[in-house]
Amino acid sequence: MTAITVNNLWKEYADQVVLERVNLSVHNKSFCSIVGASGCGKTTFLRILLGQEIQSRGTVTLNGAPLPMDPSAERGIVFQRYSVFPHLNAVQNVAMGLELKRSPMLGRLFGGARNAALDEARAYLAAVGLDFAADKYPAELSGGMQQRLAIAQALIKKPKVLLLDEPFGALDPGIRTDMHELILRLWDESDMTIFMVTHDLEEGFKLGTRMLVFDKVRVDPDAPGAFGATITYDLALNKKTKGELKDIQNLDLKKKD
Amino acid sequence: MSNRRIINRRPGQASAAWLAALPFLLLAGAYLIGSDIRLQANASDKLLPSLRTIGDTIGHLAFEADKRTGDYLFWKDSAASLIRLGVGMASATFIALSVGIAVGLIPYIRSTLSPFITVLSMIPPLAVLPILFIVFGMGELSKIVLIIFGVTPFLMRDTQLWVQSLPAEQLIKAQTLGANTWQVTLRVVLPQTLPRLIDSVRLSLGPAWLFLIAAEAIASTEGLGYRIFLVRRYMSMDVILPYVAWITLLAFVMDFILNRISHKAFPWQNLGGR
Repeated sequence: MTAITVNNLWKEYADQVVLERVNLSVHNKSFCSIVGASGCGKTTFLRILLGQEIQSRGTVTLNGAPLPMDPSAERGIVFQRYSVFPHLNAVQNVAMGLELKRSPMLGRLFGGARNAALDEARAYLAAVGLDFAADKYPAELSGGMQQRLAIAQALIKKPKVLLLDEPFGALDPGIRTDMHELILRLWDESDMTIFMVTHDLEEGFKLGTRMLVFDKVRVDPDAPGAFGATITYDLALNKKTKGELKDIQNLDLKKKD
Repeated sequence: MSNRRIINRRPGQASAAWLAALPFLLLAGAYLIGSDIRLQANASDKLLPSLRTIGDTIGHLAFEADKRTGDYLFWKDSAASLIRLGVGMASATFIALSVGIAVGLIPYIRSTLSPFITVLSMIPPLAVLPILFIVFGMGELSKIVLIIFGVTPFLMRDTQLWVQSLPAEQLIKAQTLGANTWQVTLRVVLPQTLPRLIDSVRLSLGPAWLFLIAAEAIASTEGLGYRIFLVRRYMSMDVILPYVAWITLLAFVMDFILNRISHKAFPWQNLGGR
C-alpha cells in the first residue's frame, strides 16, 4: 500500500528554486535514505514532509489525504540536535506526548493519570535502552543517549511516518553503529515509514530499503538559483543490490557529496 | 608556583574570603578615621557622624514611636517602599512575561508590537514622571506606574529575545508530539523562560529602586526615599547613611532570594544545557 505520494512538488523562494518536479511514491514501511550534496534541498524536502515548510506547488498525500499544513502527531521527527526538552528529565520528555493528548488545557497530568503516563513512557525508554537514565536531564546525557531519548519521545506517538534529519551525524562512529541497530530494530517492530536525511552514503545504503538522491539536473552558472534539485537517482536497496551499489558510490555518487 | 603569570594564579578559599572582605574593611576604616578627625576638630560636625550617633538615630527611628504621629518611622518607611517596589515589580514581571512570550513566539504579534515596544523603551521614564503625577495623581499609583514603566520594556524585550532564541527544533518537536500553540507556550516556552526572567528581574532591581526613590523624593509622605530627601535639608547624615545602607541590604537580600528560587525551582539550568 502506498503511504506517501509526492506529485510534481516545487519549492521556490523569492529568488531561488530549491526543489522542482519532485515525484515520489513510497510504500508503507519503507526506509528511504535521502542523500545529496549540501544545499541540494534534501532538508527542505524533509521539512515539507514534516509540515515545517509548505511547498510552493504540487501535492503531498499521506494514505491518500493531503498532509496537514502544520507539524502533527502522525509524523515524528528526530533532529540532529535540540530534539529533546532541556527542562524535562528523560521520562518526562517521553511522557510529554501522552500528557499533551490527555490534558488539552494544561498539557500536563497529575496524580494517578500522571503516574500511568510515566509508566508508559518508561517502557519506551526501556525499548531504546535508556531505562537506567529515566531521572536524568538531557544535559546529563551523552549525544547518543540524547538521540535515543529523542527517538523514544517520537515513538510514543506511534507515528505513521518517522523523519530523521541527520540523526546520527554528530555521534562517534562506534555509537553510530549502535544507533543503526537500534533504529533498524524499532523500525522492524513497527509499521512506520522512515525518511532519513544523511550525509553519510554508507549509512544510507546500510539502513535504507530505498535511496533517493537529490541533485540539480539543470545548472545555470550565471544564475545559481534559477533551477532547483530533484530526485536524480531512486534506487531500491536489498541485500543483492546493496553489494553492487557499494561500487557505484565510488564512481558516481561520491563526487557529489 | 609564585612565578606563574598573574592570569594563571588563583587565590585559595580562605584568601579569597579575605580579599572579598578587604574593600569593605578599607571603606569602613577610612570612614571611621575620617569621622574621628572631623569630630575632633568640630564636635557638632554633621557630615561624617560617629557610629554611636548613627546607632542612636536609627534606634529612635526604629524603636520609638514618633511623637507627632505615633508611627515607628523606620519600619513605616521600609514597608511603604517595599510595597511600592513589590507591587511595581510584580506587575512589570507579569506584563513582561505575557507580552514578551506572545511577541517572541507569534510572528504576527511580533510584527505588530515589536517596533512599538522598541520605541517605548527609548522614552526616559523619569521624563514622563510629571505626566504620571498629572494622570494618576500624587498617590501610590503614580509611583508604582513609574516602576512599571521603567523596568517593563527591558524585561519585555529580554523575554522576547530569549523566546526567539529557543531552538526552532523544540517548537517543531512539540507540535509533532501533538501540541497546539497554547500547549507549546505552556509546556515548552514558559518553563524555559521563567529562569531567564528571574535573572532579568534581578538585573532590574537596581533601576526599580532608582525609580522608586525618585518618585518618593518628589511626592510622598513616607518611604525610604522620602525620608532621605526630607532630612537632607538638615544635613542629617546620621539618617541618610544608614538608610542608604539599609536600601542596599534590602536590594542584596532580594537578589539573593531570587537567585535561590531560580536554582531550587529550575535545577536543570545549571547542568551545562540551556
